[in-house]
Formats: sequence, structure tokens, C-alpha cells
Amino acid sequence: MNLTPIQLRRRRGVFSMAILSLASLIGFGFLQKNTAPVTFRFVLEKEWVAIHEWTLDSRSGSYGFSAAALLISLWAFFQFRRDKKVHVQSALGGFSLLMAFMCWAASGKMIPFTGLLQGALLLSVPLIFGSMAGVLCERSGVINIAIEGQLLASAFAAGVVASLTKNTTWGLLVAPLAGALISLILATFAIKFSIDQVILGFVINVLVIGMTNFLYKKLLIPYQNTWNSGPILKPIEIPLLSKIPVLGPIFFSQTIIVYLMYAIVLAIHFSLFKTKWGLRTRAIGEHPTAADSVGISVNSLRFKNVIIAGLVAGIGGAYFTVGAVGAFGKEMTAGKGFIALAALIFGRWSPLGAVMAALLFGFADNLQGILSITGTPIPSEFMLMAPYIATIIAVTGFVGRVRAPAADGIPYSRESSH
Amino acid sequence: MSVELRAITKTFGALVANDAISLRVEDGEIHAILGENGAGKSTLMNILYGLLQPDSGEISVDNKSVTINAPSDALAVGIGMVHQHFMLIPVFTVAENIVLGHEKTKSLGTLDLSQARAEIARISKEFNFDVDPDAVVETLPVGIQQRVEVIRALMYNAKVLILDEPTAVLTPQETDELLTVMKRLKSQGTSIIFITHKLREVQAVADRITIIRRGKVVGTALPSATQEELATQMVGRPVVLALNKKHPAPGRSLLAIKDLTVTDNRGVELVKNINLEVRAGEIVAVAGVQGNGQTELARAILNLEPHCRGEIQIDGENILGRSVSDAIHSGVAFVPESRELDGLISSFSISENLILDVFDKEPYGKKLAMFPSVVRSEAEKRIQEFDIRTQSVTDPVSSLSGGNKQKVVLARELSRPVKVVVASQPTRGLDVGSIEFVHERMIAERDAGRGVLLFSTELDEVFALADRIAVMYKGEIIDIVPATISRSDLGLLMAGVKQVKA
Repeated sequence: MNLTPIQLRRRRGVFSMAILSLASLIGFGFLQKNTAPVTFRFVLEKEWVAIHEWTLDSRSGSYGFSAAALLISLWAFFQFRRDKKVHVQSALGGFSLLMAFMCWAASGKMIPFTGLLQGALLLSVPLIFGSMAGVLCERSGVINIAIEGQLLASAFAAGVVASLTKNTTWGLLVAPLAGALISLILATFAIKFSIDQVILGFVINVLVIGMTNFLYKKLLIPYQNTWNSGPILKPIEIPLLSKIPVLGPIFFSQTIIVYLMYAIVLAIHFSLFKTKWGLRTRAIGEHPTAADSVGISVNSLRFKNVIIAGLVAGIGGAYFTVGAVGAFGKEMTAGKGFIALAALIFGRWSPLGAVMAALLFGFADNLQGILSITGTPIPSEFMLMAPYIATIIAVTGFVGRVRAPAADGIPYSRESSH
Repeated sequence: MSVELRAITKTFGALVANDAISLRVEDGEIHAILGENGAGKSTLMNILYGLLQPDSGEISVDNKSVTINAPSDALAVGIGMVHQHFMLIPVFTVAENIVLGHEKTKSLGTLDLSQARAEIARISKEFNFDVDPDAVVETLPVGIQQRVEVIRALMYNAKVLILDEPTAVLTPQETDELLTVMKRLKSQGTSIIFITHKLREVQAVADRITIIRRGKVVGTALPSATQEELATQMVGRPVVLALNKKHPAPGRSLLAIKDLTVTDNRGVELVKNINLEVRAGEIVAVAGVQGNGQTELARAILNLEPHCRGEIQIDGENILGRSVSDAIHSGVAFVPESRELDGLISSFSISENLILDVFDKEPYGKKLAMFPSVVRSEAEKRIQEFDIRTQSVTDPVSSLSGGNKQKVVLARELSRPVKVVVASQPTRGLDVGSIEFVHERMIAERDAGRGVLLFSTELDEVFALADRIAVMYKGEIIDIVPATISRSDLGLLMAGVKQVKA
């Protein structure tokens, strides 16, 4: 049987899921020494209640979910034999494996299930904004390593402005401008002067870290009361929707930033694939010479998109200060911009794909946090690695060939293309 | 619509690409612009299409002066272009490619492709193009991609169509179809500017011919001119188009490829189960449309392809799976497809490039030492032998013309003990003079009892040199035929059509 690369990859995915299921059955099931009840809580606050909590025996839970994963692998195998996609099966299998793991890890403890998911969403917010900024830049053919710098600069600007004005709205309005300012530097040097974009992005990050550290030390610490004690955005509950059990408090009892995020993600995904702007943006990222030859002004569209990307990243940056803790902290973005970049690649340069990847990263991050509080058999250092291990497994097993926009990172000029 | 270019001049640094070029294309004619590679034809057309700006000169359409600053200006006055390297986005569909830059939108700025689909279907039917508006361009054969470009130009009401070396990427059959399409376009009132260096095609369709050499118009001609006359004008001196070649006297097998399969790193088979033999004193040409596995087959003989199965014997000894230097020292000379990228180190001097393969062997070097005086004196000899035109052997090889660069490659590869010469597109992009030199050298190697394996996409070259022709299609050798095969039969084989032998 001759398999195409896609089929080969699918087969690899199915087999690795089956092997993981088996390992889970043995590792979390057979080898679990002391079984104890594990409780999942489904209620957070004021939502209508369907079930309050669910308690089950940890060993039988691990057995059950591992067996389910094994059955799903079998299902996926039949799908593969019929040459069909295995996306649904991968998602279900992944979820079952995760539940098997949680039963084992939280044996004898309580998992706040809704809280786990809500926290995961919140941890994903800056990643999602960052990866949207990445999508906008890289689909147009400009590599954006400076997402980290955009997030940090706008977090700083939002925090300081909100603190000075005692008003979150001003903070929220200034943050996109700060992101756009960083984009302006990126766009000017990358597009106008054709500087190597990877080096440029890296230098911008270092610049922003240096600037914010300096101002933090000279302004925000000595004059903390005026400069660094900003207010925080209040959650807005959407009537009815916020009362849905489990989903309500996760998705519909959030700050304006999260609602903006839903709108921006949908708008970018729709625009990129369905509109004139999107067609042109993808064209200049794939084959700028061809776009130019039909009258599209490549560099000005790139410039525009990089600036829009800065605005988007800026809102994500505002989340760190006015959206979460109020005060700015030194280097508080802590590499989230780079993880956003990873989410972009993992999501194959597609907006919704990047969102899925960012949610996965956010979930792994939050699970790690909750398990390290409740206490698990695993050292917390390993738990910290979990998001990245999840990435590697997902990329090698399920995502398959990743193809960047063909002209990503290559400056365009007419004379040099001849 | 008529187009006139007056005194167009364009320089790139010290190079004068177009030197006061003037020409006039009349309404409804096919005007061929004939010139060698590097004569400045593409530059001139890119200026007419607005992709480049001239230093001086002017353009007029229907006797009215126009300014063309960008391709959109050219389209607006009715000038369309089919580029040598297609201006299509590989991951887009045909319809998406065609509407790009002229999108129709519905509410919310969403794309409306329905009108474009209908229009593509109409033109496709009218010219018998067989183009599906919803096919993704990268999955289409090259000939169909070119038709997409033609459809696009027609949809934007091009009255003058520039075709820049349109046949370079086509099979002979596709070329014939294109020539037919050109005639049909002309009969419907479209003027065509046809850029080429292939004499036969010019004679087949052109109404008038302008010949360009080194950036200047050197003359005009009618298609009734003989090929010799056209070639002489194009090159600037008398050219012998036929080669003197003695009957082959094949001896023992020097290169034997057995059940060779080459895959890429994703496991896709690029060369499938090939068997081929080259004997002493014969030239075997591998013909085929570009991208059918020739590149990989050639590289595999040098052990440059990492994933191979099978056997490659040089004079009876298997070298597959051993090192590149084993292949070289077992007697393989290799002229790579891209001399700039794979054949030479541009910033190194000519003398250094001449010893890249033997720099560590006596008399050039010994242990840690190298002997520059020997390197230099040997280089002087090679320059004489291979007629390499240069000021000094210490000049960087990047300062040479394409023909002289190729002579440096040949000089290096043929100056060690050689049994088999593997030459991949050895005359691509060369001027006629250098092509003659390379061809004569290949025949000289054959007559000296070496085996020559020539990879070429040019039928003229295949017929001029080959004693036997192996045709590659989709990674397989679908037939090995004597050089007496007709052009059209060979063309069919290159398109994958294998006739049943009577």
C-alpha cells in the first residue's frame, strides 16, 4: 500500500494515540498504588446548576478514561482506513487521556473543573492577542518576533495611563497605540530598510525590556501611588448567557478585553479568508511579485497590516495590567509573546488554529498551576514543562506539515526581484 | 491597438540592459522579439508592463503618449503580460488568482467570485483551454498555469499581450497548442509581443521580427528569413547550426543504473525504479519536461541525494551510498544544473574554483600545505585549453560571463581522470557561442571513449547531441529510443504518452 504524506502522518497520529492510551491504562490504571475518591467541581458562582460536583474512584476513573481513549483510537483507526479525517477522534482521545491523567494526579483531592477552564481561558488571552498580531504580520510576509515587545510596551502604557487618570478606559485606549508604535519601528525597518526581521524583532524586544525596566525603576517604584496603582476592569456579565452551567462563567462573565478578543478573532479569521483585504494580504505573503504585477501596492499593505497587528497586540498587552492585576511589574509578560509565536506556528498560520493552540497552552499552564496547589505525585518543574511537551506531541503526531507563507520574512522590492 | 517604444534606455549599475531601444507593434500583429539570454528582452517588456522604470525614453499607445508607472497603468491602457515565471499564487485557486487586484465584493467586503467563475468558464470554452476555475494552481500542470495567465490578461481586456519566453516551460505539444492559441488571438484582434530565442517558433507565428543584441536593436526581419540569417543577426557573427558528429562506436558499459529509486525526506518518490546504461563512446540524453525527476537522478549519481535505493555502477563498481568524493574519484565528471549555486563558489578566484575537487592532492597540495604557484600555473593552462576569457586567473569567478563560468566548470570537471560525464542542462542561459563550445566538447568527450549522460529540456540540444534518448516522465524512464525518433513522437513521450510499437 502506497500512502501519501498526509495519510502517513494520519497513521502516525492514530498509532501514537493508541500507544498513549495503552500507556495511560497501564501507568495511571494498573500502577496506581492507592486509590481514593477524586472530585470534579462544576460550580463557580451564580450560574444555574446542572450538577454540583462529580466524585469517582481515582483508579476506576483512570481505567475508564484510558479505555475510552483506546476505543476512540480504534474508531480513529477505522476512520483512517476509510481515508477520512481524524480531527474529532484526536480531540476526544486527547480529552479522555487528560481526564485519565487528572484522576491519577488528583487522587483523593478536588479539581475545580469550571475554574480550571476559566483560568485556562484567561491565561490564553494574551497568547491569543499575540498570535493574532503574528497572523496579521506573517500572512503579509513580515516575521514578527517582536510580539513580546508589543505586549510589554502596551502593558506598561495601559498600566501607567490608567493609574495617572484613575480610569481604565484611558488605559485601554492607549495600549493599542503603544503596540502600534512598536509596530511602526518594526514596519519601518523591516519594510522600508529591508533589515533582517528576526534580528530586528529580537532587538526591539530587548529595547522594550530595557526601556520599561528603566522607567519602572525611576518612576513606577518611587512614585508608586500616582504612577503604578491603576484600577482594574470589572467583569461584565452577559444576561442569560452567563447563567449557562459550566460554559457561562467561563465565557460570558469576563472583562471587555475578552469580549473584544472574541470579536477580533472572528473578524480576522473571516476577513483573511473571505474578503478582498484577506485575499490581498495572503497574496503579498505568498508571492509579492505576483501581487505587484496586478497592481497591489505590496509594501504599503504590509505596512498597514503590521500597524494593525500592533493595535491588536496592544489590547492583549492591556490585559496584563488593566485587565488583570492593575499594577505594572518588571518584565511581566514573561515570554508570553514567544509562546504566542509558537501558537501561531502550531496553529499553522490560521487565526482559529492559533486560538486552539493558545487555548491548549493556556490550559496546560493552568492545570499545572492548580495541580501544584492541590499537590501531585509529579515535581512542579515537570508540570511547568507540560505545555511544551503537549506542543511537541501535538505537532509531531497530529498537526502534520506546517507551511509558512512562502514570502514570510523576505523584504520586497521590484528591482531586486529581477 | 498599436504600441510604440521610443529610445528606451535602462541601466543597472554599469550594465546597460536597454540602450535606446525603439520598436513599433502594429494593431493585430504578432511581433517577435528575438535575442539571446541577457540581450535585454525581459527588461524591455518589464518596462512596458510597468514593473521597471526606464531611465529615459517614452511609450505611446495608439499614437498617444502614456506613462506606465505600475502594472495597473499598463492594464488600464490595455497591455497584458504572461510572465516567464508565472505571476500566480500557488496556494490560490484559479478564480482567486484571476480576481486578485480586481476583486468584486458583496456586502461586508466579502469576495464575489461568481462572475469571475462564469467568465473563466466562457473564455476557457472559447479557446478550448480546459481550465477549472476552482482548481488550486499549484496542482495544475505548467501548461495549464500558463493558460490561467492568458485568461487573466483577456479578462482585463488586454489588446496587446506580452508573452515572455512562453515556450521555455512547455512540452513540444503544449508549445504547438500555444502557437495555435496565439494565431487565434491575433485573428480576434489582439496584438502579441512574443519574446523568444527559439528560431523555429518565430518562423511559425511571427508577422515581423525585431532582433535585439546586447541591449540594442540590431535589425528587423520577416519570418521568411532563414534560421541561419536570424541566428547570425542574433549572435552577431556567422553561426553553424549543425554539428559535425561521427557515428558512435559504443564500447563497454561505464555507467549502469539499476533499479534506482530516489525519495525526498517525506518519502515521496521522485525517481522511480530507473534502469539506464551509458557505454563508452556514446551520448545518452535524458529528455523530459523540467521537474520530472531529472535533477534528482543527476544528483543521485554524485551521491548528493540522501534517500536512494538501488545500484549505480561506475565501470562495474557500485558507488551508491558512498561519499560524493568517492563518486568523483571513481571517474564521474558533473556539470550541475545551476552553475552559480552548485558549480562554483562565486567569491573564490578562477584558479581556486578550478581545483575545488583536487586541492588536497598533489601537485596542488600536500598535508597541510597548498602550493599557490602550481595552482596558478595550472589555471593558466586551463584558461588556454578551454578558452576562458578573463583578465587574470585571480579574478573572482563572479566577474565572468555565464558562458565563461560554464567553461570554468567544464575545465575543472574534465581535467581529472574521467569515465562518465554527467551534464545537467549544460547550455541553459548561455549565448550561442558558448553553446557551440559546450556541444563540441561533449562530442569530443564521447569520441575520446567516455560515456556522456546529458540532461536537457531543449529538444534541439537533445537531437544535436544524443546517440540514444531516454525520456523521463513523472520520475520514470518511460522509454529509451534511438535519436532518429521524430520530434512529435518524442514530444508525445515527454508528455507521458507511450505509443504501442508496431
